[in-house]
Order: sequence, then structure tokens, then C-alpha cells
Amino acid sequence: MTSQVSSPAEQADGAVVGEQRKPAGDKDVRRLDRVIIRFAGDSGDGMQLTGDRFTSETASFGNDLSTLPNFPAEIRAPAGTLPGVSSFQLHFADHDILTPGDAPNVLVAMNPAALKANIADVPRGAEIIVNTDEFTKRAMAKVGYAASPLEDGSLDGFSVHPVPLTTLTVEALKDFDLSRKEAERSKNMFALGLLSWMYHRPTEGTEKFLKTKFAKKPGIAAANIAAFRAGWNFGETTEDFAVSYEIAPATQAFPTGTYRNISGNLALSYGLIAASRQADLPLYLGSYPITPASDILHELSRHKNFGVRTFQAEDEIAGIGAALGAAFGGSLAVTTTSGPGVALKSETIGLAVSLELPLLVIDIQRGGPSTGLPTKTEQADLLQAMYGRNGEAPVPIVAPRTPADCFDAAIEAARIALAYRTPVLLLSDGYLANGSEPWRIPETDELPDLRVQFAQGPNHTLDDGTEVFWPYKRDPKTLARPWAIPGTPGLEHRIGGIEKQDGTGNISYDPANHDFMVRTRQAKIDGIDVPDVEVDDPTGNADTLVLGWGSTYGPITAAVRRLRAAGEHIAQAHLRHLNPFPRNLGTVLKRYDKVVIPEMNLGQLATLVRAKYLVDAHSYNQVNGMPFKAEQLATALKEAIDG
Amino acid sequence: MAETTTEGSGTIEALTLVPKAEAKQSMKDFKSDQEVRWCPGCGDYAILAAVQGFMPELGLAKENIVFVSGIGCSSRFPYYMNTYGMHSIHGRAPAIATGLASSRQDLSVWVVTGDGDALSIGGNHLIHALRRNVNLKILLFNNRIYGLTKGQYSPTSEVGKITKSTPMGSLDAPFNPVSLAIGAEASFVARTVDSDRKHLTEVLRQAAAHPGTALVEIYQNCNIFNDGAFEVLKDRQQAEEAVIRLEHGRPIRFGAPLEDGLGSKGVVRDAVTGDLRVVTVTPENEPLILVHDAHSTSPTTAFALSRLADPDTLHHTPIGVLRAVDRAVYDTQMADQLDSAIEQNGKGDLSALLTGGDAWTVVG
Repeated sequence: MTSQVSSPAEQADGAVVGEQRKPAGDKDVRRLDRVIIRFAGDSGDGMQLTGDRFTSETASFGNDLSTLPNFPAEIRAPAGTLPGVSSFQLHFADHDILTPGDAPNVLVAMNPAALKANIADVPRGAEIIVNTDEFTKRAMAKVGYAASPLEDGSLDGFSVHPVPLTTLTVEALKDFDLSRKEAERSKNMFALGLLSWMYHRPTEGTEKFLKTKFAKKPGIAAANIAAFRAGWNFGETTEDFAVSYEIAPATQAFPTGTYRNISGNLALSYGLIAASRQADLPLYLGSYPITPASDILHELSRHKNFGVRTFQAEDEIAGIGAALGAAFGGSLAVTTTSGPGVALKSETIGLAVSLELPLLVIDIQRGGPSTGLPTKTEQADLLQAMYGRNGEAPVPIVAPRTPADCFDAAIEAARIALAYRTPVLLLSDGYLANGSEPWRIPETDELPDLRVQFAQGPNHTLDDGTEVFWPYKRDPKTLARPWAIPGTPGLEHRIGGIEKQDGTGNISYDPANHDFMVRTRQAKIDGIDVPDVEVDDPTGNADTLVLGWGSTYGPITAAVRRLRAAGEHIAQAHLRHLNPFPRNLGTVLKRYDKVVIPEMNLGQLATLVRAKYLVDAHSYNQVNGMPFKAEQLATALKEAIDG
Repeated sequence: MAETTTEGSGTIEALTLVPKAEAKQSMKDFKSDQEVRWCPGCGDYAILAAVQGFMPELGLAKENIVFVSGIGCSSRFPYYMNTYGMHSIHGRAPAIATGLASSRQDLSVWVVTGDGDALSIGGNHLIHALRRNVNLKILLFNNRIYGLTKGQYSPTSEVGKITKSTPMGSLDAPFNPVSLAIGAEASFVARTVDSDRKHLTEVLRQAAAHPGTALVEIYQNCNIFNDGAFEVLKDRQQAEEAVIRLEHGRPIRFGAPLEDGLGSKGVVRDAVTGDLRVVTVTPENEPLILVHDAHSTSPTTAFALSRLADPDTLHHTPIGVLRAVDRAVYDTQMADQLDSAIEQNGKGDLSALLTGGDAWTVVG
């Protein structure tokens, strides 16, 4: 397919607009197909912002990209320490890519701690840009460098660029009415300018961004722009940077459409708003702040003009309680949280199972147990989602596979909740939440129709001919019960967590009725219509199937590509639906001699699969708070193929 | 000024958004077809009858009335009301009702709870509902015991209570629910007694009319596990000395009546400490007797009144509306923010939202 990318930098007439800058002069320009850059510094150095800006520049240029922000749970950890290091990794390419990359080609280290914390990930030969101003004896001693790593030969084999970033920034801003400390703060923009020059990034977006961000402080905006330009010019003029790089837009990677860069939590928020519109129901979010889910609360609270109500509750339980109350009243109700919050919400999820009301429970998984690793990723809440309630309380589970896919997953979760009148758990994770990638923006008329009919009148005729409303009389196909919202005359009814008589919904302690109701609630969830899982097995010769779910999609797919490029045969399948499983999953699993399940937990999907299908699935696990690396997964899969 | 209704007792500002019943209602309309299953002689029967008897006075479409409860004996209440209802989980009714009320301004939402449900397991939700001032009417049935779990002491039981779980006497000091509610910024706080139907109904009337969260503590007799807990307030002779009936704008007097028809005892403010105390009324101190002001902006005096009651003997227990003040209502403000967002930014445009400001196009 031939396609052509048009970014804001290059308008239809081909003219460059705004303050776009182009590297000039006689320096070498080399063409690369992909680059992995990691910005690393102190928590207060603005590395996440720097990474975000570089990402935006890259997205608007038309590269495919994938990002991995990585930061400590502390807001401002002690300065200059290893635990205080915050980093942002960006992988961008002229072709379709799937992960934020295993090992950076370029490390920007703003201080000794950032160098020390990241150097183990950087392969020999990579470029390292260090801010030499921060390599003082004291700062180095703080992280255990006895001698300067810039001078002791330990960085031999790397292409080190020592740059006095702080001094250069302060110098560039000497005409501004700023204290030295204020001027120093712009050093991240100097670094961004330098990297933008190195990789020919469009710059007008960042300048526009800075003007908007500091609209109320034009002096600060101007200083940051000056630092950004100084960084660019430094690259252009200094001899240390002899080469700059071009990475062409990924023209083949993207089908026709309009794109934007989007993070998982933003895509999820938009998915919820879209679902609300497609269901023609007001959106109600009951939530309690928790990392890494809070951004959804923040985002949705900004869109009240879509009729979105956001309620910041006193605790996790009240968050879901309020959502359930709103569901009873006819809202598309949502609660957002992470693993510890799901634990607190369990009883209310059970109530929602019993009440059979639609409710979305969004779990942005993080490292556990307990408080665990709040800012790191993990997918160890699957069994909690599946079984973490008293009694037989089945709940459908849906998982997005990439940041942009969070949009579709939210809509799918809403479809199931509304059609089957059930709570649904959506399992995202920290990596999807904060990571970003280009997203083809859907046309709103492509979105599914999620409208449901509220009960309007009696649905049952008694033996004596009386027309009555039975709140637990089910749709014979979906087994969903009617959704009769307060305000509907004649349908006044009471529901509760006590076992209900089939049909009438009246309290019932009858043993046979309880047995029937338990089985019926299970049958309703088991019968949910979910699409078959697709198997990618291009040659049809594979003996080994790799099965995944959730955010491991990128690394697994990248690993599979590597293996196939090396001539191996391997089949791949990835689950969107964890409960119920797709109908064809059992057949698919039995087609292969070997099934490997990589997970960022100790084998939770593998446990479910082994129990349900009696398949001897092999589990491959990593629980270090980070996504899998493609290379390492490829090695593990190769061993499975050969094993 | 919002439109008001003149149904029943008069204007009910809190309920202007709730549709009215088309036909005149009777108590029977509010009785569900479910058999009431409280123990014979339980105080809950009297409260149920009072509520069912009072509802027609509001004249609301009954499909727009919702009773939400938690867990406990009192929490079976919604099953017996022929309105919408939810019997939820222990302690969480205020949270669930908050979601319902804040998403549906056309509903009249009532919470029925008990001393264990509201003050022990659900204490957090109760105080936050009160401070938010969501349009909820919370009826807290206080029997000072756990009934449904068969007789353990509750957070309102007196110290030293011998129960199944405290054979040597309970150790923890009780909550005074009225004090707690006032401390939690409640805009409406009242107390009444199950057996005094007239008083109970009058308190319900004022609670229903209040915009925002209303907390009504109802002393309710558990004749199985804590029988006679409030006898001192019910026995005609003892009640005269024990009960302080509060009426807005009236001097706070109780006890055997004097020639002026008012009680022989009164409440005055101590000039030195500023605290309240009970005095025998004399011609000299009569002008100093406090006049009850339920609408006072400051909660100080209402709180001091709530502290007059002796937690052990219940002597000097004030009943009636201790506090009723106007304060911004959460759900109204929430709806107002939605309206202003539309005024400021226009009605949400999904396509524009999804596209954002940094999109690029790829053409084939």
C-alpha cells in the first residue's frame, strides 16, 4: 500500500509552517529505521514532560511509536538518589512497531543517579548524553561512584557526549529576568532541543505547547522556548555532535485515516464517553484516587459537557457504591481503581452480581500484593477479578492489549454490562495506562450501537390474569433481567443482596431456588456472546502456540516476529475475553502440541486454562514491574519450540 | 426561587423536582405485598406505620420514591414499602443512595439504617454523606444493640453493657448520633422516638422538606435483645423529667408544668463556661432560658444541647429538630456544573473530542 503522511509540520502545499526548524549545514545525516531513546533524570527534572513532548513531535512527524514512562511512587524522592530516578523511553520507527523497545540506543542522563540506574540497560555502542554539570564529587558519591564514570574508563565502548547542560541553559537564559535556579529548570527543554535536532523532529508543536502551558507566565514560556532553541542550536554548531539522524515517517505502517498519539488511560476515558453516547445513557463515575487509575477520574471530570458526572468518593467502597446507585437509576455506571481498590470493592461487586445491574469496574493493575509497586506494571489481578468474591459470583472480564486498544475494550465492556445486566471487570495495567502509541481515530458512526431498552410495563401474567412486573423474569436468550429504573410507574420493586426467588425477585431461602439461581447467574455469564479468538499461524506448520492476554500483546508479537524472521514456526493468539473465554479456545489449544503462556504474574491465565481445558500449558513469567522485553521473550519461546 | 408545591403540609422546596402523584394517595398505597417479618412487638412496626402513613402527605409519585438500606433488622424496611427500593450491603446505603440521588434529581431518596449499620461498619459513609449534603433523608433506627446478629453491643450501647460478646461488660464509649452528625457538618439533625407517632411524623415532615441530607435518629425498642432501653423516655411520669422537647422559637423548658404552662426546668447558658446546663425555672432566671434556634448558622448550641443527655440514664435527652440550616446541596451543584460546562463549552462533540488538537492524517 502506498500512502502519504501529512503532519501539521507539512501542510498540503508542502510549505513549512510555524517556527519549524530544519538542520542545515554540512553535518552528516544518516538514515535509521528505528531508534530507542531513554530520557532519565531526577523526579523533579521534568523527564516525563520531556518524553511527552518528544513523543508528540514524533507522532506529528508520522513515525510509529511506543512509549514507556517509568517513575517512582514518591512525588519528589530525595534529589540525586537512585530511587528518585524517573525515566521515559520512546521507541519510534519508519515501520510498524509493537513495544517501547528492549534497550535504548540513546540514553540522556541528567545526573549521576540517572546514569547509574540505567546504564545496565544500555548496550555497548549506544550514545549517552550526560549533563556533566551534575557530575560533582558529592552527587557521584551519593550514588556510590568512587571515581567519575566519565573519566574512569567505565564508559569505554559507549559513545559518550559530555554536555554541560545546566551551564549552557543558564548561559542561554542570561538575558532573562530569572534567578539561576529558575533558569536551571529549563535544562530539560535544552536537552529536548538537542535531541530534536539529532533526530530532525518538528519543533513548532513544542513551542506552541510551551506558549499555551505558560500562557499566564509569558516570561517563563519565552525562557523555555529559548532553552529549547539553544539546545537545537548547540547540536547544530558543536563538533561533538557530528551526525544527525533521519527516521522516515512510517508510511507503510498506518492504514488510511486520521491519527493521534494516545495513552491507555486517555483512550479508556474516551471509550467510556463514547460508550455513554452510543448507549444514550448518562455516564456516572464513582471513584477514589489511586495510582495508576486516577488519570481517568481527572480526564472524565473535564468532560461534564458530555453529561458526565464524576464523584470523588470518601473511599473505594463508596466509589463503587455510588456507581451502583447510579446504575440502579439508569446511568452507565463506572468505577475506576487498581488492585487494592478491587479488594475493597469486592463485596459491592458481589452485590452487583446479585442485583444484576450493569456496572463497569476498571482495574488498572499495578504491582502487588498490598500496596506493592504503585507506579509499576503487573497483570496479577486476573484471579482476583475471576474469583475474588464470596459465593458463586461470576463476572465477565475484558482486557485491552495496547494503549489505543483501551478505547475499544471500554466499549466492549460496556456492551456486555448493558446487554447482560452485569458488572464487568476491565483489566488494564500501568504499562498500558501510561504508555502511548498512535491511534487511528474512529469515525463516530463506526461505533457500535449500545442502546438498551428500559422496562416499560408488566412482563408477566399471573394465573388469575393479572398483569404484573417481575424484576427477575429473564430474557430467554441473554438471561438478562429487565432494567426497570425508578421513575417508571407501575414497576415499583425491591431488589437486594439476599437470595431472590426466580421471577418475582422476592426474598427466598428455598434451597432448590438458590441452587437454580446460582446456576442461572453462572449460565448467564457463560453464555455471553464473545467473538472467537483469532489465531495467527501464517504457515500452518507451527507446533507451538503462544497465548497471551492484556498488555503482553506488544512484546509477544514482537518476539513472534523475530522468531518467524529467523525461520521458526510459531502460532500466536491473544485473548480480549478472559471470562467467558471464546467458544473456540479449547479447540484452538488442542490443535497445538505445545502452548506457552507468558504473563506478568506467576501463571494466572495458565491456571485457568489448565483447569478448564486440561491442557498442559507452559507458563513463562516475569513480575519485575516492567513489561517483557521482546528479545528475552523470543529466547523463551524458542526454547519452548525446541523443548 | 425554585417552584414549590403546596401539597399536604405546605411548600416543600426540597422536592420540587420530584413529580407529583396524579391521584390522592393513602397509606395503603405504600404497603407492599410482602409479609413483614420483624419480631412481634418490635419498634420497627411503629416506624413503618408512621412512614407509610406520612408518605401520602408528600403527594409524590410513588415511582419516584426510593428507599435504600444496608444490613440489619431495620434494613429490611424497603421490602415493605411499595416504592422502588434496594436492600444493599452492610453500611453502604449512604454511598449507594448518594450515587442514585446525585444522578437523579427527580427522585426522593430515603436511607434506612441502624446504629450498627450507620455508625459502625458504615460510619465513614454516613459522615461523608452528611458533610456533602446530598439530597437524602437518613432514618437511623437506634436500638443500642445488634439485633440481627442476636444481641452484641453496638456503637451506641452504654459503657459496661453485658451482652453475648461482652460478658464482663462493654469497654467502649458510645457515640451520640446527634452529636456525631452535628460534628460532621450535617445541615439537618433531629431525634425522635418510635412510639410517639405524632412527634415522629412531625420530624419526618420537617426532614422531607429539608433540602440536603437530613439525619433523623429514631430511638427504637428492640424487645428481644434490649427491651425497655428507652423506657425512661416513654413512661409518662419519667419522661417529664427525662425528655427535652425542642421546638424552634420556643423556650427550652421541660418537666412538670408551671403556671405559665411551660416546664419547671429550663436550659440556660452558663455565663462563665458558655456551656449549657439545666436549671429549675424561677422568676429571676426565666428571662435567661434559652430559646431554641434550629436555624442558627453556628452548630455550637445545637451540639451543646445534644450533650445534655446522660448516655447511661438518658436523662435530659433532647428530641425534635436540633438543627436545620440552609446549605448548598451537592446534587444540585453537581447538576449545575454540568449545565455551566455546556454553557461554557457547548454540548459535548464526540468527534471533536476524539480528534483532539494534535491529529494527523494518513491518506492512501
